[in-house]
Amino acid sequence: MNANTKRPILNLLLHLPAQFIVMLLTITTTYSPATDLGFLLHKHPERLQSFELAYGQAHVFYPEANTEKCTAALLLDVDSVGLVRRYHGQVRDNFALAEYVNDRPYVASSFMSVAIAKVFSSALSGRSKDRPELVETPIPLSAKLSILPCRGGEKFLRRLFEPLSYTVKAERHVLDAQFPDWGESRYFTVTINKICVLSELLTHLYVLIPVLDDEKHYWVDQAEIDKLLKHGGDWLSEHPEQESIVNRYLKRQRRLTRQALAQLRETDVDEIEEQTQEEVQIEERIGLNEIRLTKTTEVIKESGAKRVLDLGCGEGKLLRKLMAEKHFEEIVGVDVSHQSLKIAQQRLHFDRLPEKQKERLKFFQGSLCYRDKRLEGYDAAAVIEVIEHLDPPRLSAFERVLFEFARPQTVVLTTPNVEYNVKFENLPAGRFRHRDHRFEWTREEFQSWASDISNRFGYTVVFHPIGEIGENVGSPTQMAVFTQERF
Amino acid sequence: MLIKIPDPSLVILIGASGSGKSTFAHKHFKPTEILSSDFCRGLVSDDETDQSATTDAFEVLHFIAAKRLAAGKLTVIDATNVQSDARKSLHALAKEYHYLTAAIVFNLPAKLCQERNDARPDRDFKPHVIRNQTGQLRRSLRGLKREGFRNFLYVMSSPEEVEAAQVERQPLWTNRKDEVGPFDIIGDVHGCFDELVELLKKLGYEISNQQDGGTIVKHPQDRKVVFVGDYVDRGPKVVEVLRLVMEMHKTGMAICVPGNHDTKLARALRGKNVNSTHGLAESLVQLEKESEEFKADIAEFIESMVSHYVFDNGKLVVAHAGMKKEFQGRASGRVREFALYGETTGETDEFGLPVRLNWAEEYRGDATVVYGHTPVAEPQWINRTINIDTGCVFGGNLTALRYPEKELVSVPARQTYYEPAKPFLNESDKQKLSGMQIDDGILDINDVIGRRVISTRLNHNVTIREENTIAALEVMSRFAIDPKWLIYLPPTMSPTETSTKPNLLEHPAEGFAYYRNQRVSNVVWQEKHMGSRAVVIVCQSAETSKKRFSISDDRFGVCYTRTGRPFFDDVLMESELLRQVKQAADSAGFWETLDTDWFCIDCELMPWSVKAQELLRQQYAPVGTSAHVAVGDAVATLETAGKRGIQLNDILDTYQERAIAVSEYVSAYQQYCWDVQSIADLKLAPFHLLATEGTVHFDKDHLWHMEMLSKLCKGSDDNLLFTTTYGTVDLTDEASETAAIRKWEELTAIGGEGIVIKPLDFIVKGKRGLVQPAVKCRGREYLRIIYGPEYTLPHNLERLRSRGLSHKRALAIREFALGVEALERFVHCEPLSKVHECVFGVLALESETVDPRL
Repeated sequence: MNANTKRPILNLLLHLPAQFIVMLLTITTTYSPATDLGFLLHKHPERLQSFELAYGQAHVFYPEANTEKCTAALLLDVDSVGLVRRYHGQVRDNFALAEYVNDRPYVASSFMSVAIAKVFSSALSGRSKDRPELVETPIPLSAKLSILPCRGGEKFLRRLFEPLSYTVKAERHVLDAQFPDWGESRYFTVTINKICVLSELLTHLYVLIPVLDDEKHYWVDQAEIDKLLKHGGDWLSEHPEQESIVNRYLKRQRRLTRQALAQLRETDVDEIEEQTQEEVQIEERIGLNEIRLTKTTEVIKESGAKRVLDLGCGEGKLLRKLMAEKHFEEIVGVDVSHQSLKIAQQRLHFDRLPEKQKERLKFFQGSLCYRDKRLEGYDAAAVIEVIEHLDPPRLSAFERVLFEFARPQTVVLTTPNVEYNVKFENLPAGRFRHRDHRFEWTREEFQSWASDISNRFGYTVVFHPIGEIGENVGSPTQMAVFTQERF
Repeated sequence: MLIKIPDPSLVILIGASGSGKSTFAHKHFKPTEILSSDFCRGLVSDDETDQSATTDAFEVLHFIAAKRLAAGKLTVIDATNVQSDARKSLHALAKEYHYLTAAIVFNLPAKLCQERNDARPDRDFKPHVIRNQTGQLRRSLRGLKREGFRNFLYVMSSPEEVEAAQVERQPLWTNRKDEVGPFDIIGDVHGCFDELVELLKKLGYEISNQQDGGTIVKHPQDRKVVFVGDYVDRGPKVVEVLRLVMEMHKTGMAICVPGNHDTKLARALRGKNVNSTHGLAESLVQLEKESEEFKADIAEFIESMVSHYVFDNGKLVVAHAGMKKEFQGRASGRVREFALYGETTGETDEFGLPVRLNWAEEYRGDATVVYGHTPVAEPQWINRTINIDTGCVFGGNLTALRYPEKELVSVPARQTYYEPAKPFLNESDKQKLSGMQIDDGILDINDVIGRRVISTRLNHNVTIREENTIAALEVMSRFAIDPKWLIYLPPTMSPTETSTKPNLLEHPAEGFAYYRNQRVSNVVWQEKHMGSRAVVIVCQSAETSKKRFSISDDRFGVCYTRTGRPFFDDVLMESELLRQVKQAADSAGFWETLDTDWFCIDCELMPWSVKAQELLRQQYAPVGTSAHVAVGDAVATLETAGKRGIQLNDILDTYQERAIAVSEYVSAYQQYCWDVQSIADLKLAPFHLLATEGTVHFDKDHLWHMEMLSKLCKGSDDNLLFTTTYGTVDLTDEASETAAIRKWEELTAIGGEGIVIKPLDFIVKGKRGLVQPAVKCRGREYLRIIYGPEYTLPHNLERLRSRGLSHKRALAIREFALGVEALERFVHCEPLSKVHECVFGVLALESETVDPRL
């Protein structure tokens, strides 16, 4: 029941709808004679030309072509039905299968990058048969993407293109004009202008379109690093957003990102490893979660417990800490999400643990709303940031399952202290810290609940603040430690 | 020799190799009842005589024996069993499963055994082997009784005797499965004679005193009394009670099980040294004047009683302190202990009484268990068990449970005869109990996880795969409402077969054809509203929700989605909706007409945007806006190029068509959305009146449902409730069908989602099982939001026609059967776990992968 796990469980999702993907990129120049753009792109301005791509068709035509101004349009038709068929059964979690009626067909995305590379390959690599000198000449250029999804908004869009000396014009679209309450979409019609050589413009578009969209229609692997270095090697090393560009381009795969960054910066992977590691450490030093888990481990250890349950273990952060303490003989991770358990097992390298360590660690799927014999007979149980994910009417079942039936000697339980929320700048008043939180309690509410439980089930309880204590509002997290009374 | 063996029991054959055990076994027992060590040797080694495989063979034999014993089967062990160690492990096995053991011994001369072995080509035992075996057998003979074959030991010493022997199976004493009642089961009497007589009379028994001092008890409807024990101690008229009960027992009017007080009295009467506490002293004083003969009769009567009984084909169990599932119909010291005392933790509480383990809360057996022993203020059903000791001797009531009616009848105590050690009738207890009337305790994880087979009345067994229960456990735990409210989940619904008409994917003609093929002659069609499915339960008062649903807060109803989630995040909005539905029910006279204090209805709640807000913002609107801009720009750019005279072939036309499709798509979803500020903006359209107290309404046809619900809608003072348009179709009359198709065309032309076609009867069985309870037929424009803006383009439509419905339909049937089962179990007051397993099953099936556009 970890906060980090939000996945669609019931497969109510539809397949990609039967429709064609429509994407439009126009490139305009006012260089004179503007029609030379045709030579640069290797596409005749007076003819419609169509190209077969692996996933559909691309059309190039010129809505405007005279000596003062020339505009080339690249229009993509992607056969999404074919796309679904191609991926079916191979990459199950591919977006084409995981989402339904979706925006993919209409927005500029990695499909566009692939089309640029294919249809304008010479222009992209800076070759021109008929105008070789023009390839090297900076000319006034403008590119318009009719729909570009920008994860990170206009700010991020500008941070990507402005350091590269573009002027950026962005027009944001509302979700639905009829329902203004629904707010803005993440789509922009974007025009960028710059005086530069055409291959530079195309290269920037090639790399940055998928970065803005933050999605890829194909599987990302080692080859993707090569593409990135080929097209971004020169300008990317100086770009202030280098890290986020690489990270997003490589679909946030840490290993690939590290490797690419190392190559860009011409350093060793190990060094990058150290740098990122350091960041993590700094984060952890101040991280609330870290304080919470350390305190939990401490309290459980002090209780003398040997056999410990982590109820709602999520992806296994606490389990890792507990495993590090030799003192604990048996550690059990329980979560209602099968997926979380799988991730926890991976994170802890469960399959590769030495036999002795493996014997100490167990996992099973369980729910705190159902009585479960497997939970009985343990010395301690940790219930860290779990109860706020339960609907209040289900709490009574949780109380009985844990305190009446499982009955560990010690229970360490934490939950947010809602009074502290005023200290979070980004959190609007009245909003909970996480979308899945069903409630957040004041210190008084929590303490009265916990005291009632200890009375009813024969426990004593003490409370600890977790994290920095704010004036009048207490600590961000509150902890209760229940100890079974002995007769 | 007549060999009587209890059925079931573990029958152990003892004899040397060649003594004729196997031949005997096959003559007297079913082949499946016999577990032979030779056979097991063969199973593990391909050689029945391979002595090196003996250890493995016996492991297999014990494993199979354990499975049979757990299932309550008579089992015969065909092995030499001449060594005490071999017998000891079989005794241990029998004990573990509370089985009686019987021994049949083949004490034949070694010479004869040897000759027989020699005659068999597959046996080449050296003579010393047989000699050793017969020797071991002889030495064992005297000790066999002590080993535990006390009552069922048969030794045969000649081939003739073996030949002549007959085997007779005797049902266990606890087994009275043939007696089906009707019974009146009476709780702990404890010497309260006057109350007992009063209760018997209230139950309709005629009691006449005979001149010889005897009493004759009769019932005009041939009912019988079953006593749960504890006839004696504490109360004023122990002797009278015993006389009456023994008399009734003798005449077959009463069946008696012993209570712990009774067995203790018997021991005291036999002169054993027992503590005269807990009222025994009083009994002994009262018995002082009685003859020794009567006292001996009493002792004998008590000693002859069997720990517990299983009646009515295994559906009813009566025991003094209750009986767990594993012990029912079994016989052992522990079973008897349990019957008399229940299960305790070994600790005592502050009143000095043993702390009891609540076996009933964990009980998951199919049999109803009626018991007493621990006084309670009011009898309460917990997982098909009920304690009917209402503490008459402590000033409570004497209670009877009528079986099979399951009605409680009781009479109050005339006075408090004995002060209880622990107050059991205090006010707070009483209150708590009334709130927990049907509280079945807490759900157990074993009620839901793993591969499950749920038996349903409609569709036999429904199997749920483990990976589906894994998914459902998370959804149920994290998102569902309190399981006490969750008594039903609606099934998925399949569309009609794909239409072959141009421009259409679905058309009513296929829906009608489906039912016609299933030999259904009349169907109803109902307008399908584009909202979200909602199940609504409304109680007449918060009292009802306490009593009937064991809900402890003040809510008097609930509104949840098709996946069991709360419909509203806003509690106030929900309670206002419930209030309005309740008001409508009040003025429609629902409570009186239906003789109920709660009802459950299946509805569609509009607008779609209430529940689908996220979906709209994440999926529909982004597609709309991006498609609109992208296609619009493409058309504009192409047009500009076209004006310059560029040959565009048919590309421009295609894009213009697309632009139209996109704007149709946007208006398709827009019309199902409107802003909701308050309840006044909501519409609730009920279409099934699923259940009321004691009844599910699946036996009524859809016209009844629509009429009842139309009354409900008319009763409303507000605009919330919304009547659904519907009509009937005679499938043998083409005109009638055409009229309905026209209606569909009209409805979908003005933006309606479509219609649902249902057989007139709620539940229809065809030649091959259940018929789909409903199929939907959606409109052309509506499908745009399902299949995408451009699905109507001919090229797309053609590809979409190849859709398979069989998986969806199979799921619909299974979910329907489970949903109906859940409600039926609920109205029949089955335990929460039994209702929950069905709704959990529906939720689990919903995680099956099906094309979600269907």
